[in-house]
Amino acid sequence: MAIVVDRDTRLVVQGITGREGSFHATRNKDYGTNVVAGVTPGKGGADVEGIPVFDSVREAVAERDANTAMVFVPARFAADAIFEAVDAGIETIICITEGIPAHDMLRVYNWVRPRGVTLIGPNCPGVLSPGKANVGIIPAEIFSEGGVGLVSRSGTLTYQIGHELTQLGIGQSTIVGIGGDPVVGSSFIDILGKFEADPETELVVMVGEIGGAEEEKAAAFIAGHLTKPVVAYIAGFTAPPGKTMGHAGAIISGSAGTAQAKKEALESHDVRVGTNPTEVAALVAETVAARA
Amino acid sequence: MDLYEHQGKELFRRHGIPVSEGRVATTPQEARSAADSIGDEVVVKAQVLTGGRGKAGGIRLADSPEEAREHAEAILGMDINGHVVRRLWIEQASDIGKEYYLSVTFDRGEKKPLFMLTTEGGVDIEEVAERNAEAIARLHVDPLVGFQPYQGRLLLFGAGIADPSEQKQIMAILEKLYEAFVAEDAMLCEINPLIVEPQGRIKALDSKFTVDDNALYRHHDIAEMRDLEAVPAEERAAREKGVTYVKLDGEVGILGNGAGLVMSTLDVIAQAGGRPANFCDLGGGGDAEGVVDALEVITADPQVRAILFNIFGGITRCDEVARGILAALGRLEIGVPIVVRLDGTNAEEGRQLLTEAAAGNLHVEETMLSAARRAVELAGGEA
Repeated sequence: MAIVVDRDTRLVVQGITGREGSFHATRNKDYGTNVVAGVTPGKGGADVEGIPVFDSVREAVAERDANTAMVFVPARFAADAIFEAVDAGIETIICITEGIPAHDMLRVYNWVRPRGVTLIGPNCPGVLSPGKANVGIIPAEIFSEGGVGLVSRSGTLTYQIGHELTQLGIGQSTIVGIGGDPVVGSSFIDILGKFEADPETELVVMVGEIGGAEEEKAAAFIAGHLTKPVVAYIAGFTAPPGKTMGHAGAIISGSAGTAQAKKEALESHDVRVGTNPTEVAALVAETVAARA
Repeated sequence: MDLYEHQGKELFRRHGIPVSEGRVATTPQEARSAADSIGDEVVVKAQVLTGGRGKAGGIRLADSPEEAREHAEAILGMDINGHVVRRLWIEQASDIGKEYYLSVTFDRGEKKPLFMLTTEGGVDIEEVAERNAEAIARLHVDPLVGFQPYQGRLLLFGAGIADPSEQKQIMAILEKLYEAFVAEDAMLCEINPLIVEPQGRIKALDSKFTVDDNALYRHHDIAEMRDLEAVPAEERAAREKGVTYVKLDGEVGILGNGAGLVMSTLDVIAQAGGRPANFCDLGGGGDAEGVVDALEVITADPQVRAILFNIFGGITRCDEVARGILAALGRLEIGVPIVVRLDGTNAEEGRQLLTEAAAGNLHVEETMLSAARRAVELAGGEA
């Protein structure tokens, strides 16, 4: 098992002939991910390191039975690429592209959602199920196979926490980077629900940051729907209001979106919140030991 | 990107939302001639990207061009919540009968545009929400369908606006405001107050307009409205170099890769008893050029007494970052100590490179926490 990507993943990479697209498609393939096709309009018939390239996602699905798409096209064409993938019958879309206009994502989200498609990102590092499949730019060597599900709005912070877990000998089922934009395809709640249903996941680590109210909503969801323990981390306690901290979504506006409010919401539902990545890993180790 | 009142009003005007006639002035003399050409009673309004202008004395009524000049002299240079007034909006004065509030915001939670309309305008909407939440009519619009007339009626009835002439005018403004919100890639369009003049005419007396930075590539006219001088000098320099930098007011300069990790680093500095001087994200790069640029920006801040370099190598290789740091040390005169913590891909090679270089002000630490403590200590904090 694992969630979102696994051994059944048949990946098509949209934007495969670009510099980043070809680099990461090749890396994902080398990891063992079943990369079956690439798409770049006008470059059908070419190949990238043995991966056949098609003009459209529809062709990639018809010819190579792709069921998952990774979007690596530039921001101004990314919404179009997602619409194309959904229209071609792709069930899981992972969008790495950053800088997509928020209004484009508003339309994408409201169109994709009722169609039952899983959209991860945009502006995310992707999804890794150690030992099974890696779709995106997550450095797999930091992680190891195991029972901790990791979901995060941030890339390198996730690597840091994964690294600390691995050093304590604690492996992971799936690592999901949901992205740092104001509108992302999957929320913490969506991913927490998937981890709850995944028999391989024993415990979930949720890594949030300032901005929005998704962590607060997740806190209520955890209380009502999760039987598995959750350990959380929130970044941005020292961030001043009104300043965007790198991610378009990481901004405190008025009294909403502060790290303190998120921490309190989580703790009020008995979720333990670590004050730094090292402490998060220690809390996970404690919880695992207590259950063993 | 936040727009000044006069810029937002210009966009309102383009979309057919009624606003008063006005002109921009940056000197008392310009204010005088603006008032002269408007030829009526005018309001001299400070243009700053913060609230509370009225309370601070940044909005004043003038009966004559000479009085407009005097007010301009008093307001220009004024400090309003840390924003220095450098431009004014001279606008024809309005008679105010009633003050309403109208906005469309980008509701991240619902992933839909959200309209809010209330007859309790002229004050902070959060205050109204707290005092009398029921007075605010709220309504989400499906972005795939767009704004529909029945939704306008729901808003009007919900806000208790019964006058047929007001209903008709506000209905038109609602449609145009939604059109502006979508067409200009806005995150927020707020009119507070939306006034009803004693004779019954309705217009936007103020404007708060925020445009999505990611969409500026398709709005060159708006991108050009950015007031570079309103951005702190360090942030401006950083933007030119393509470094993500936010100035804070502490003494420990911070550099890292990835927004989340940098935010976490600021927190760890605070936990160690120090205060971060900035947020600085190298992004995915970390090559010598990027490191030099970022260090240049950080050391330009005279408050910085130590620098913490926190890198987690993924795709970025730590040995490359280490070479970047050494190259930067060779090219820049850096008088403050630098603490470096490298982890992840090729971390050991990176640490070895730095240790071998044995530069006097370079301190290599193994973990994020020990590095933070060291940086705070070197900056003269508690730790």
